[in-house]
Amino acid sequence: MIVETIAFYVFAAVAVVSALLVVGNRNPVYSVLFLILTFFNVAALFVLIGAEFLAMMLVVVYVGAVAVLFLFVVMMLDINFVELRQGFVKYLPIGAVVGVILAAELIFVMVGTGLGTAPAAAPTPALTEFTNTEALGNIMYTQYFYLFQVAGLVLLVAMIGAIVLTHRDRGGVRRQRIATQVERGRDSVELKKVQSGEGV
Amino acid sequence: MSIGIEHYLTLSAILFTIGIFGIFLNRKNVIIILMSVELMLLAVNVNMVAFSHFLGDMVGQVFAMLILTVAAAEAAIGLAILVVFFRTRGSIAVEDVNMMKG
Repeated sequence: MIVETIAFYVFAAVAVVSALLVVGNRNPVYSVLFLILTFFNVAALFVLIGAEFLAMMLVVVYVGAVAVLFLFVVMMLDINFVELRQGFVKYLPIGAVVGVILAAELIFVMVGTGLGTAPAAAPTPALTEFTNTEALGNIMYTQYFYLFQVAGLVLLVAMIGAIVLTHRDRGGVRRQRIATQVERGRDSVELKKVQSGEGV
Repeated sequence: MSIGIEHYLTLSAILFTIGIFGIFLNRKNVIIILMSVELMLLAVNVNMVAFSHFLGDMVGQVFAMLILTVAAAEAAIGLAILVVFFRTRGSIAVEDVNMMKG
C-alpha cells in the first residue's frame, strides 16, 4: 500500500511538472517532449488503478501517433517562435488568477461533495476472473458496439479530412494515367523480324 | 494513507487547469494551444478512468477510449489545418486567422 502511495505521488508530481513545462517552455520542440513525458506518467497512473489496456492505448496512440505528429509539424514549419512569445508575460497574471480560481473550484467541488459512494451499474469483474482488456472488450463489442463503430467513422473522417486539407497538386509531375494506357492501339508496338548477326 | 478517488480528481483538475492556463499564456502560438487542448482531454480521461475504477464500473473506460479517439482525430485535423494555414499565410499567429476567408 505504501509503495502504491509513493508511486502515485511520484507519477502525479512528474506529470504536473512536465505539464507546466509544456505550456511554459520557450522551445516548442521541448514542449512536445514534455507532453510525451506527461503522457507516459499518466499511463503509469492508469496502470496503478488497473486500467492496463487504456494505459497501453495512451502510449501507443498519444506517444506513438499524436505526439510524433506534433513533433513533425513543429519541425516542418519554419516559424519564428520568439515572435510568437510576445504577450507571454502580459497574460501571465490574468492566466494565473483564472487558473488558480478554476483549480480551487474544481478540487472543492469534486473532493468536498463526497463522491465515490454511488453503487456501480456494471461492476468491474475481479482481476482473477477477467483481465482488464477482456472486460473492456466484453462491454465494448456488445453493449457499446454502435458507439465503437461511430468512433471508427470519426477516425475515418479525420483521416480523409487531413489528407484532403493538406493535399496539393504540383505542376510538372508525371502521373500514371490508366485510361491513356488502356487506350493505346495495336500500332503503338511494331514487331520486327531481326536476322541474326545483322541487327535492325 | 491510501490513494482515494479524491487524489485522482485533484490531479485531473490540476492538469485541466494547466491546459487552460496554457491557452491563456500562449495566445499566439497555435501549436501550444493544440497541445494544451490535448492536456485537457488527458485530464478528462484521468477523471473517467478514476471514476471507472473507484465506482467499479467498466463503462468509464469505454468512454475514455472514445475520448482518446476523438482527441486523436482532433489533433490530426487541427495540425492539417495548421499546415494549410501556414502554407497560405507564412505564419501561425492566431491574429492572422481572421484573414482566412474563402
